[in-house]
Amino acid sequence: MADKQNNPSDGNTPIIQLIDVHKRFGTHVVLDGVNLSIPEGQTLVIIGASGVGKSVLIKHIVGLLQPDSGQVYYRGQRVDGLSEKKFSKLRRNFGYLFQLSALFDSMTAGQNVAFPVEQASKKSRAEIDRLVATKLRLVGLDGVQHKMPTELSGGQKKRVALARAIALDPEVILYDEPTTGLDPVRADVINELILRLKNNLRVTSIVVTHDLSTVFKVADRVAMLMGGNFIFDGTPTELRESTEPRVQRFISGRASEEDLLELDGAA
Amino acid sequence: MLATIGATTINTLDALGAFSRFSWKTVAHMPAASMRRKDWKLLMPQFYLIGVRSVPVMVITGVFVGLVLAAQAVDQLRAAGLESRMGVLVNLSLVKELGPVLAGVMLAGRVGGALTAELGTMRVTEQLDALRVMGTDPVRYLVVPRVVACIVLAPLLTMYCNLMGSIGGWFVAVIVNHIPSEPYTYYTAEAIEKWDVYSGLAKSVVFGGLIGLISCFKGFTCRAGAEGVGRACTSAFVTSFIVILITDYFMLRLMQDMYNTIWGFKPLL
Ligand SMILES: Nc1ncnc2c1ncn2[C@@H]1O[C@H](COP(=O)(O)OP(=O)(O)OP(=O)(O)O)[C@@H](O)[C@H]1O
Ligand SMILES: [Mg+2]
Repeated sequence: MADKQNNPSDGNTPIIQLIDVHKRFGTHVVLDGVNLSIPEGQTLVIIGASGVGKSVLIKHIVGLLQPDSGQVYYRGQRVDGLSEKKFSKLRRNFGYLFQLSALFDSMTAGQNVAFPVEQASKKSRAEIDRLVATKLRLVGLDGVQHKMPTELSGGQKKRVALARAIALDPEVILYDEPTTGLDPVRADVINELILRLKNNLRVTSIVVTHDLSTVFKVADRVAMLMGGNFIFDGTPTELRESTEPRVQRFISGRASEEDLLELDGAA
Repeated sequence: MLATIGATTINTLDALGAFSRFSWKTVAHMPAASMRRKDWKLLMPQFYLIGVRSVPVMVITGVFVGLVLAAQAVDQLRAAGLESRMGVLVNLSLVKELGPVLAGVMLAGRVGGALTAELGTMRVTEQLDALRVMGTDPVRYLVVPRVVACIVLAPLLTMYCNLMGSIGGWFVAVIVNHIPSEPYTYYTAEAIEKWDVYSGLAKSVVFGGLIGLISCFKGFTCRAGAEGVGRACTSAFVTSFIVILITDYFMLRLMQDMYNTIWGFKPLL
């Protein structure tokens, strides 16, 4: 698996690398030759309009989707096309926060957070309960253990899902819109949490978001996806100073003439 | 027109291929799963949902099928002076055909739809992906216990259906129509062999497996949205129903051939 010794150039091998990844659904091209290389410990924020394929992109990293062509590497090991069985071991190194939370609705919040731990290890009941409480406290929700997901608000579900994603202390965490649906204060707490996980545990993070406060607070690097490829890749400061009009429009939240034309057509 | 037929054929073959792979994966997991205590624990809730909760439906189905069969037959048999043989007709149709098939159909309706809805909802809300990301194979974790429960419980539920049906038939014959009970049961016992009962139950085992596999497959491949889930449920039921009827015919032929090769043809009349 993540054997460091079969990797002579350890320090320089990116922890995640995508080379020329293509993906389409039917005739709809979503990813059109994406290249991406993420060094260990970096926090990469991916931005882009709704429906450009941000979720599709990060699903390739954990093998939930397979590229039509191109390669995906984890610590120098090629992982695309790996059998589900081999991949499932590798995936213990990843935490994944789903855009729609994806909590198991037949289980309580506590059982949801405990699930990855029970599947991966043979810890005792008491140990697991303690761990669940710790993780839930991190997202500000200790005490909801016995609630069912249907009894939680959208934002609470998201935070329980985040607790579940970090339950195994993964080396890489993929956050799909961690702050969407949260109030600004709560969102900031989550931003702080992302920062803290990075600083304390040196996790590598990939954050998909529309939330500019997240971009400027947590990002070491920002990439903007559009038309199946990155049209921007740089630091948050570079993002703010970018003169590329599409980037400009995105960060100032202004619709283009064309976007408004669509609106007129519909009305 | 031709293109449409071609495309439909290709789609159907594609789906069949995917279903075969899905079924094979499920079966391949079973030996290893049977060795793990963790996996046994997954089975109990399914036994409850699929088995215990289906008993009332099976009882009602069985009783009424028995009542109807007997009520249909009684006048004709009496006119021919054969009313003492009524039990043979009623019970034989029950254990060989109606019991397994109707129990299968009821199981497909009651349980198949529920399984498809449950797994389909999990798919569209990314819960299946969440399982995979946490290193758990959704086929092993979700499909295997459900299919096993269907395989084990279909014959048990069929037995319920058979039993209730024969009581229903007896009730119409003996209580309502005053046919003597003694010859009714005597000729029934004479005519019905273990083979008849077991071949019916063997069919129900196959029906159970098919219902479980089809329902889970439909859930796993359902399209996004509530509409997708609803459509998958309908499709799971219709497919299970048709597959039960087709399988029934071929298994009947197979069983007949087996019987005739081993014991030779046996006239009932
Ligand atoms: N399994 C799938 N089958 C078919 N099309 C898909 C599938 N998954 C995604 N798509 C399509 O791919 C495109 C990109 O989807 P994706 O979910 O990655 O968007 P996104 O950038 O995450 O958008 P949002 O910000 O709204 O979440 C969409 O047009 C979507 O319809
Ligand atoms: Mg998305």
